[in-house]
Amino acid sequence: MPRLTADRRHLLRFTLNGRPVVGEAEPRLLLTDFLRHVLGATGTHVGCEHGVCGACTVQIDGAPVRACLTLAVQVEGADIRTVEGLSPALGVLSPLQAAFRAHHALQCGFCTAGILMSLDALLRDTPRPTELEIREMLSGHVCRCTGYASIVRAALAIANDAPGDAGEEPQHA
Amino acid sequence: MVAPAWECQLVPRAVVVATMKPPKFDYVRAENLQEVLEILDHEGAEARVLAGGQSLLPMLNMRLARPGTLVDIMRVEALREVRDEPGGLLIGAAVRQADLARHLGSARDVAREHLLAGEHKIGRPRDVGCALRQTLLAMALPWVGHAQTRSRGTVCGSIAHADPSAELPLVLVASGGAVHLRSRSRARRVPAEQFFLGMMVTARQDDELIEAISLPSIDLGTGVAFREVARRHGDFAIVACAAVVSADSARLVVGGVADRPVARALPLPGDSALPAALDDFAWDLGARDDMHATATYRRELVRRIGYEVLQEAVRCRD
Repeated sequence: MPRLTADRRHLLRFTLNGRPVVGEAEPRLLLTDFLRHVLGATGTHVGCEHGVCGACTVQIDGAPVRACLTLAVQVEGADIRTVEGLSPALGVLSPLQAAFRAHHALQCGFCTAGILMSLDALLRDTPRPTELEIREMLSGHVCRCTGYASIVRAALAIANDAPGDAGEEPQHA
Repeated sequence: MVAPAWECQLVPRAVVVATMKPPKFDYVRAENLQEVLEILDHEGAEARVLAGGQSLLPMLNMRLARPGTLVDIMRVEALREVRDEPGGLLIGAAVRQADLARHLGSARDVAREHLLAGEHKIGRPRDVGCALRQTLLAMALPWVGHAQTRSRGTVCGSIAHADPSAELPLVLVASGGAVHLRSRSRARRVPAEQFFLGMMVTARQDDELIEAISLPSIDLGTGVAFREVARRHGDFAIVACAAVVSADSARLVVGGVADRPVARALPLPGDSALPAALDDFAWDLGARDDMHATATYRRELVRRIGYEVLQEAVRCRD
């Protein structure tokens, strides 16, 4: 039974965006701070630090979670995906990122990294989500610029492009 | 092979200590139940169980909790089980809320297939969880936090935290469920109504782990309904109501008003005594003003939503 003592840093390994990473963390270090300060992956933003705003959302083993409500030591061996992992290549946007750009789904961009990670998970599990499903997912985020309408439009654009039964429109509940 | 875009940013930097951070603690990644119980036995109140962390981490970040040791139970295989038992559902301590939703959802799909095949009839097939007759749980679960916290937070963690506005304690009380506690030397079951003692205070002793909760199936011929009012979907309830109505009895459970979920037997909808009994219940809950709502508003919500869920439960029963 490994006991990681409070006053020391402990070796920690997990997969970040498909690549193994190693770093040292005290038990109390949050995943947000491990990503940003130890690994230097600053794409994940830090807002409220108590789980309300959603800016720090990352994917752990595929599920969208709040990195500020996760200790770095909890994700030992896990598969972490952050906004840096969305882009297929340097300078190329993912379809969802491109839709955000096309539909003006961001202004200051502070909340965007987290929202992208939530919507990426939603669109993976539900390729043609309804507007209600998109809005429910967005209820876990706070955006002070857009009023959300343009974010919903961007997600719907991806949903409508998703392969499905020919000619069938997604149902908007 | 093109390098991922983030690779160029991976420059290690010094750890910067800012303000909103947890205090120091030891962290133990338990591998089996015995290890968890030994630590709780040795360290008592100094140790806290860490499951999904969705209630504990905000408390740590705000330094409202200062445990000496956190025991992470999420890798204890024995605690990860959701089990359909005759007469009820058993949910282990390491079962995440999203896992439970999937479990209830697949049960619904099975029920629907059976129904389509004409094999048997159970409740209302469109209700998630009806195959297990856990309709109330299925109704309330989407109201528990957000998708981004349900993916991590556990069912038993919400029970352990015992926030008076939380949905899962309310459902446990309304369903007549029980909390299964275990320490090194003993195991006991506490009925939900005796488990919640006050705001974030429960009957759990310092050396005890909530090993699981159990929820009895809802009898055929019993209707249930759930509704809540919150500022934003996923936030804690200002008022949440659950109703359980059988042929000859009605029970209303209210969360978000008193310091714990409170249940009361009430006259059946249609009985002329119901409005007065609901009004008494609303007053007896001892609502207070806070930044979210006034006491007057809370009482009015209890009267109105209480009445609505009771009626809805009758429709669900029939």
